[in-house]
Amino acid sequence: MAILTPERLNRRGRLEHPEPGAPKRPTAVALVLACAVLLVLDLTGPALTPARRLLGEVYGPLESAASTVARPLTSTADWFQTQGALRDRVGDLEAANAALRQEVATAGFDRNKLAEYEGLTAAAQNMGYAVVPARVIGYGASQSFSRTVTIDAGSEAGIEPDMTVVNAAGLVGRVLRVSRSTATVLLIVDADSVVGGRVGSSMEVGFVHGNGVLGHAGRLDLELLDQSVVPAKGDTVVTWGSSKGAPYVAGVPVGVVDSVYSSVRDSTQRARITPLVDFSSLDVVGVAVPSGTRSDRAVIDADGKLK
Amino acid sequence: MNAGRAALAAALISLAVVLQASVFDAFAWDGVVPDLALLVVVGAALVRGGEFGMVTGFAAGVILDLAPPADHLAGRWALALLVVGYVAGRVRQDARPGTTPNATTVMVTVAACSFVGSSVFALTGIILRDPAVDFGELLQVIGISLVWDVLLAPLVLPVVMAAFRRLEPAR
Repeated sequence: MAILTPERLNRRGRLEHPEPGAPKRPTAVALVLACAVLLVLDLTGPALTPARRLLGEVYGPLESAASTVARPLTSTADWFQTQGALRDRVGDLEAANAALRQEVATAGFDRNKLAEYEGLTAAAQNMGYAVVPARVIGYGASQSFSRTVTIDAGSEAGIEPDMTVVNAAGLVGRVLRVSRSTATVLLIVDADSVVGGRVGSSMEVGFVHGNGVLGHAGRLDLELLDQSVVPAKGDTVVTWGSSKGAPYVAGVPVGVVDSVYSSVRDSTQRARITPLVDFSSLDVVGVAVPSGTRSDRAVIDADGKLK
Repeated sequence: MNAGRAALAAALISLAVVLQASVFDAFAWDGVVPDLALLVVVGAALVRGGEFGMVTGFAAGVILDLAPPADHLAGRWALALLVVGYVAGRVRQDARPGTTPNATTVMVTVAACSFVGSSVFALTGIILRDPAVDFGELLQVIGISLVWDVLLAPLVLPVVMAAFRRLEPAR
């Protein structure tokens, strides 16, 4: 075979001595084919799930350890914020303060309304979800164009795929897959993420899509099913939930309506949603599990007690 | 490929992947972290040649594709880093035999490899419609990761290359 002979004529007609360490053609072809095989396997079915799980078992604890060791170091990043960023922050906080003052003024009315709703909700659907606390130990890089994080709780903590992940502010995402001690979470800002959402004020339902951006430019896109309803600015969007709470439990706040626009091309009303969660600085999150789940750590139960 | 070299490559790749996912995310610039795995592959290929570079690139890519929190189609980083291993290997091959690549050559190689690697990854994503991203964001991410890689190369590459050179058998 010509390609395997040690010496050959190159394009300029000179005798070429093979360099030591230069790639041999069969190796190169085999490696490219291996890539193609991986792509096809992953495109067509769940054949790679065991492999992903195995690597999760190996790299999960390593990431967990690295994240813990580096925490004193990584938290210093906050100290080096620029003055401009801090000034922006003061502006934001002042605005939030004003909004809160306004809210306090109308709190009495809202509280009565809330008490009514709460009684209704509690009676109608005793969700009964407990929350397993976890920390974010790894971020998927932007180079991969998908927004995922690793958390340090896995199947031993009672977590399974398609469970809802929340934090103190609102909906974070859902569990994609688990290993023994870690789980991979798809954030709702991922371009592939779709969440069933409900506008709080009108109870209208729609679909919330992510735009794939993490930081301050991160917005969600709400597509309403009923085109005649226009959501108001400032309306809260919550999850509408699905049967047995998978992948999303009902009633978790997702975001606030920022602006409404109509798409001329497909004549639909869409709303831009500002997510309640700051996805660029996730730390402590909770995974909603059925009440009474056995876990390797303390679980915050549905009634607020620690078990 | 002898066992010592393979073990060294595996250890360096694992370290790079773990640091990339769990430590450097705190210093991420617009979500983009330095591609440490890519730097390891470039170092391996510059010292040991294209054959070893391609195999290292493939292995590093598969780990990046499958280790958490990855969720894209498996095989995309494997293909991208495979190409990186080949490109860096060509640089070594085209240099005069017996000489070690100088600092400028190494930096230019890193810049080229970073651009090629991120681009191949992004292009496979566009072809396979993995996540739908627009072109502007794509170029921005490729640009930022290039800057990151060039900034970190002087810190990472000498260590990686010295480690591989130490294991090189006397000819």
